[in-house]
Amino acid sequence: MHELQVTESILNIALKHAPADKVKKIVAIHLNIGELSDLENEWIQQYFDYLSKDTLAEGAKLVIKRIPIRLKCDSCQNEFEIKRNEIHSIECSQCGNKKCSLIAGRDYFIKNMEVI
Amino acid sequence: MEKIRLIEIKEEIHSDNTVKAKQLRDSLLKNKTFLLNLMSSPGAGKTTTILKTLEIIGDKIRTGVIEADIDSMVDAEKIAAKGIHAVQLRTGGFCHLDASMVEKGLEAMNLKDFDLVIIENVGNLVCPAEFDTGAIKNAMILSVPEGDDKPLKYPLMFTVCDVLLVNKIDHLSLSDFDIDAMKERVLNLNPKIKIFEISSKTGEGVKAWADWLTKEVKQFISL
Repeated sequence: MHELQVTESILNIALKHAPADKVKKIVAIHLNIGELSDLENEWIQQYFDYLSKDTLAEGAKLVIKRIPIRLKCDSCQNEFEIKRNEIHSIECSQCGNKKCSLIAGRDYFIKNMEVI
Repeated sequence: MEKIRLIEIKEEIHSDNTVKAKQLRDSLLKNKTFLLNLMSSPGAGKTTTILKTLEIIGDKIRTGVIEADIDSMVDAEKIAAKGIHAVQLRTGGFCHLDASMVEKGLEAMNLKDFDLVIIENVGNLVCPAEFDTGAIKNAMILSVPEGDDKPLKYPLMFTVCDVLLVNKIDHLSLSDFDIDAMKERVLNLNPKIKIFEISSKTGEGVKAWADWLTKEVKQFISL
């Protein structure tokens, strides 16, 4: 689905940063992607391989780090992590309050890239 | 062998869209136009709900609609047939709208002439949830025939919405849809979400939603 658009953004951002550092080849791109995202690693890589043909990033490996879902309790301000399958029964790990706000887990971030 | 170097990038993948969405919101505030992003599965009743809602709102506020479809004009034609200003965006295969597409739609209307513009997003519970359209509020429709398990399957969509319209409640007696269980699932994901039970076909419950929306719009344009 929208993997294609996301992948295109990743490629464009990586290529944008390449000329300033006289890059000959992009070897790997490190991404932080939130656990709440429905993106599949395998698909992002496949789209990337397709889109990056004949660019400096051809053959680059996307290294994806999944960022855990973090919540903050609206009542006691406690910050805590949950797993994706726990999202349906959220309660504060400290006071048990059910009203919590999402502070991480929707991340879409390019951290750095390995180049030669 | 050549040495591998590390270049720091530290950039949001969606940064272009996030920036564009913020610019749109600033422009909406300046022009006093409330933009509502309406999302749902295909067939949940977006167009019918928009028509019924705008029928109740009447000329209390000046309204327009942006229709997004992969490849058709059917919805915009339905809206325009009722005398409502409609702009059709064809996404050309894209499964969602992003801020730059919405901007194109808004450019086709004179913002100063509208108090409320409703975007009918592409029918899909996955991708539209990921992209900020620049809207002031997000609303979604879940219709009874789709089943009460949708919050379990598409949590992000329920997390990003300010309002949930449970549509086709006239089908409840024919179905095993457990409305209380569904609400509990939704409120667990998003305790701040506002839930309205409606039937766009019979009109049941639509007034409460339309009144809430009118109030929100009036509050926004008086800012």
